[in-house]
Amino acid sequence: MAKILVIAEHTAGKLNPATAKCVSCAAKIGGAVDVAIFASSADEVANQAAELAGVSRVLKIENPANTEPLAAVIAPQVVALASDYTHVLAPSTTFGKDVLPRVAALLGVGQLSDIMGVESEYVFRRPIYAGNAVVSIEAPADRKLVATVRTASFQPAATGGSAAIESPSVNAELPTHTRFIERSAAKSGRPDLQTANRVVSGGRALGSAENFNLLYGLADKLGAAVGASRAAVDAGYAANDLQVGQTGKIISPELYIAIGISGAIQHLTGIKDARTIVAINKDAEAPIFEVADYGLVGDLFTVVPELEKAIG
Amino acid sequence: MRGPDRSLRPAGHAALNGALVSKILVGLKRVIDYNVRVRVKPDGTGIMTDGVKMSINPFDEIALEEALRIREKSGATEVIVASIGPADTQQQLRLGLAMGADRAILVQTDTPVEPLAAARTFLKLIEREQPQIVLLGKQGIDDDNNQTGQMLAALWNRPQATFASKVELSGASARVTREVDAGLETIEVDLPAVITTDLRLNEPRYVKLPEIMKAKKKPLDTVTLSDLGVDTAAQFKTLKYEPPAARQKGVMVKDVPELVAALKQKGLL
Repeated sequence: MAKILVIAEHTAGKLNPATAKCVSCAAKIGGAVDVAIFASSADEVANQAAELAGVSRVLKIENPANTEPLAAVIAPQVVALASDYTHVLAPSTTFGKDVLPRVAALLGVGQLSDIMGVESEYVFRRPIYAGNAVVSIEAPADRKLVATVRTASFQPAATGGSAAIESPSVNAELPTHTRFIERSAAKSGRPDLQTANRVVSGGRALGSAENFNLLYGLADKLGAAVGASRAAVDAGYAANDLQVGQTGKIISPELYIAIGISGAIQHLTGIKDARTIVAINKDAEAPIFEVADYGLVGDLFTVVPELEKAIG
Repeated sequence: MRGPDRSLRPAGHAALNGALVSKILVGLKRVIDYNVRVRVKPDGTGIMTDGVKMSINPFDEIALEEALRIREKSGATEVIVASIGPADTQQQLRLGLAMGADRAILVQTDTPVEPLAAARTFLKLIEREQPQIVLLGKQGIDDDNNQTGQMLAALWNRPQATFASKVELSGASARVTREVDAGLETIEVDLPAVITTDLRLNEPRYVKLPEIMKAKKKPLDTVTLSDLGVDTAAQFKTLKYEPPAARQKGVMVKDVPELVAALKQKGLL
């Protein structure tokens, strides 16, 4: 039977929702699921993780060296814990993508990236070529499976659990060759793009950073997060952490409104798990209309204010 | 065929804000060109590759551009491009030389390698070349694994700075700004280190024809993968390839009131 270790992602005492989705993936694999938290002090996050349904144990690994999530520091500690497990999972976020391949290499095993479907304990589906193809991959059952989980493919695990919280001792030599300096996050007061139920996203057709601000009014009326296409980010209209797509964030909101976005394949890869897609574009031939549930051909500079008013 | 061993060739040491960087190793992967619409073979055994245009992985092109900029600022560093792939991968390495790399190494194999095997192979090249910086794209746009740089750093027991959008060298360390989900994060890593590149690190230069001619005279060594004595056995088995599930095409609405009515009816507003 599988014994699965999920590496938690957290910031400022809050468990990242990606972790609950990772726990869902682990539950589909089956077996016992433990969640490991690496932090300087882990109590707050541990309590949140313990509430996730299906989690057997929450492991706190508290160390001042774990104040910031540095892959080179966390990886050897994960390796020290991993001996008891058949599977080691982390969300396929920039955190998980940074840490987990380092873990796999230290364990001398390969890694499976971006699990989007679980067929059995050792057979999984994952996207390749920016989502233009999906492969079924069989991992060797006689080795530890290290894998990242495409969070947009899984619903978060329910709460209501009451896992035991433990503090195992971890023997690992921690490097000092990597040091955290700073993090600059855009503070918007809007919902987090990765986890928002509603997202309003803008593309190159906005034409300027100033025009891009037009979206914020609509987003605030909807209580939505704001996203952007790669073209809009590259053109400097929006910050890089707003990018939605294969090389940015892969999201699955209930409602996605694409404004002035033509729908390059790499962008569509980031939104195809959205429940409902609305596209507003003046080009009736734009590929975004091929995937949109509701399409409106029109000038965004007229349509967006009108929409904002209609929602009022 | 194995070319001359250049590992003992003297390399210039250059100061860059006091940094000692003499050699930069850059990985270039040969992939299906970014603009090609990739399709799954009807029998589900793979991707259609016949007659498809092949290019340098775009993230790796950014890695090479960054290496060239570091060399240009410092004046005397050597940039080596290396790839693992079939004989035709020489095309991408020649293009790398035309962009400005000093020499190239092809680790030849007709069997695709998994990221762990690629990392093991690059570790062999590191032992031979002793670079201070290894620059790789954050992921190949073919299998989208995003693993090789991190694995290489682990096997080398050196720092990793992934998803770089800014690299500044100073003394024996590098300050790297990384594109993370929350925004931008800056870390400092001691050299030598592995740096993987994100899209906004730089804009790669265009190659001019005279450079392509000149690149033909630059050294390109070939070693076979088996010569390096690396364990490259595949760990994962691909059972089948499928096209992605298509979204149903929806309906066109004629104006904003109709859109709002539709969304309200669906309980979305």
